[in-house]
Amino acid sequence: MRFIFKTKYSQDINIAKHNGDRFWYSLLILIMTALPLVLDDFYLGEISYICILSIAGIGLMILSGYTGLASLGHAAFLGVGAYTHAFLLTNGIPFYASIPIVIIVSFLVGAAIGIPILRLTGMYLAIATLALGFIAEHVFIKWEHFTGGNRGLPVPQPEFLGMSFYDSVFFYYVCLLFLIAAMFAAINILRSPTGRAFVAIRDSEIAAQSLGVNLGLYKALSFAISGAFTGLAGALLAHYIGYLAPDIFNIFLSLTLLLLIVVGGMGSLHGTVFGAIFVGFLPQLIAICRDYLPSSIGSQPGLEPMLFGLILVFFILYEPLGIYGRWMKIKLFFELFPTYKRQTFKKQKVFTKSDRV
Amino acid sequence: MQLIQLIIDGVASGCIYGLVALGFVLIYKATETINFAQGDILMLGAFVAYSLIGILGMDYLTGFALTVLIIAVFGFFLDAVVVRQIIGQPAFATVMLTIGLGFIFRGFASIYWGTDIFSFSTPFSGKITEFNGLIISYVNLSIIVGTAVLMSALYFFFTFSKIGVAMRASSENQLAAYYMGIPVKFIFSLIWSISAGVAAVAGVLLAPITLVDTSISLIGLKAFAAAVLGGFGSIPGAIVGGIIIGIVEQLCGTYENYLFEGVREISAYLVLILTLIIYPRGLFSDKAEVKKV
Repeated sequence: MRFIFKTKYSQDINIAKHNGDRFWYSLLILIMTALPLVLDDFYLGEISYICILSIAGIGLMILSGYTGLASLGHAAFLGVGAYTHAFLLTNGIPFYASIPIVIIVSFLVGAAIGIPILRLTGMYLAIATLALGFIAEHVFIKWEHFTGGNRGLPVPQPEFLGMSFYDSVFFYYVCLLFLIAAMFAAINILRSPTGRAFVAIRDSEIAAQSLGVNLGLYKALSFAISGAFTGLAGALLAHYIGYLAPDIFNIFLSLTLLLLIVVGGMGSLHGTVFGAIFVGFLPQLIAICRDYLPSSIGSQPGLEPMLFGLILVFFILYEPLGIYGRWMKIKLFFELFPTYKRQTFKKQKVFTKSDRV
Repeated sequence: MQLIQLIIDGVASGCIYGLVALGFVLIYKATETINFAQGDILMLGAFVAYSLIGILGMDYLTGFALTVLIIAVFGFFLDAVVVRQIIGQPAFATVMLTIGLGFIFRGFASIYWGTDIFSFSTPFSGKITEFNGLIISYVNLSIIVGTAVLMSALYFFFTFSKIGVAMRASSENQLAAYYMGIPVKFIFSLIWSISAGVAAVAGVLLAPITLVDTSISLIGLKAFAAAVLGGFGSIPGAIVGGIIIGIVEQLCGTYENYLFEGVREISAYLVLILTLIIYPRGLFSDKAEVKKV
């Protein structure tokens, strides 16, 4: 057990609580920076993809994990970000100007979606976002002037700082930089009054309201901020994919994002990275599973959704705190050794909260 | 005349939406959870019927009844074994759990039955009747009649049978029902089994139109529109909502040129969003179930 002896007020607001944290996170960043020296292009591409997924995961985590609003249509924001970015680049706007515009556009789209469906709670919100996801996918198909429709839209890969996005090392650094920036932004949003209001709404709307949190405003804000992060991820995703087709941004992508935050651990920013690593390597995992299963089952196309569902159900039932929760348990086990009690993380029995009045 | 023809076709497909929506409503009323796997249960129903009728060569009605029975038993254990474990968790957990279950069912179906498109012969296939210049296919007729029969059976069940009344009591107030000696957990599993059975009926009735493959589970998503339009707590509302969605979809498909291209596929979702924005209580809700912020 570590006791932090506080001697300054500023220690309360430090992001890293003690030198151990500082050391490990610096080491992590150092290792991530040095990775291109040892890994080849394929793995760099995979890790760039994981960074992009993490940014999208941060977006959904702020909405679902911290504000408690379920969204089953988050691929729409990825799509908005990706198409806006590609459209701007095609029209000759440089990369460094396009990214802020994408973030602002996704923020506004998030607010625009958030405001009308504010008064919905729980299930209704999930259904509404599901429907919006479908409508957005359809808009991407039909709005050919903007998205190229089913023909698709090639993403220009412009020069930036004299480097090309075709260079996987450069792209890796861009993704890593944006992930670190997004992480810092998210940490700081979440420990500001805004973030505290989000958590209050998640834990009890009535309590939050009686403490003076404007539910409508903060829910819309949560949607908008979430949209901005996810839109940024969409812009990077556009570079990663290189050619946008509307069926990329389908419901399966939305559900993959949900799987990401559930597996990573609801309500933790670490969880988004863990979840992104998991989701990023899921196809490889499935490929390995195929090898070990008898060929009659292993070669079936239905294996993928089945494993997807099994993992989701398994985590919801047995590890609702996700990989990050498991990590916390292991860490606590060693910190408290030998006095660790299982009951510390025991699922509390609660009565169903009723939506009915 | 064309309009009436469209409406009849719309009513038929709307009945299917209504039946699936009915499944949502039954479970929602009782346990305040939404089963996102309803469409996948419908798909399982269609596949089981295909196995029994198409492969084993059973008589249509026997196969139909057996399918509904199998799926109903399946629904019972789905609740008793899996879903009951997360009662008391936030709504989000149930949403994710049932979505995950849906994926498992879809994956299972495509592994077990394959990804081809199947069909099986029904007594209604390919037959039509003409009435005053209107063309009504027997398949559509079977859907409408089947829905009507099922609805009246459910009505009598919930009004007059002891278990039906116990179900209504448990939906109204779990604690009070428990004090009255009603085995609430068992009743909830029974409600899941009825709702799965209703989905199976919809699946078998739908099979001659859309044929049997894994993509028919998407109907479950459109049925949300029906349930929300009908007020999500009301059984007649679900059916009426379904019929309205069916008609709107037909009309949008035909008059696409006057609206915008591709409106048919998203018309159900547009109705859903508009209902939620303008009148989130739905048409038939007796209580203000959706809180306003």
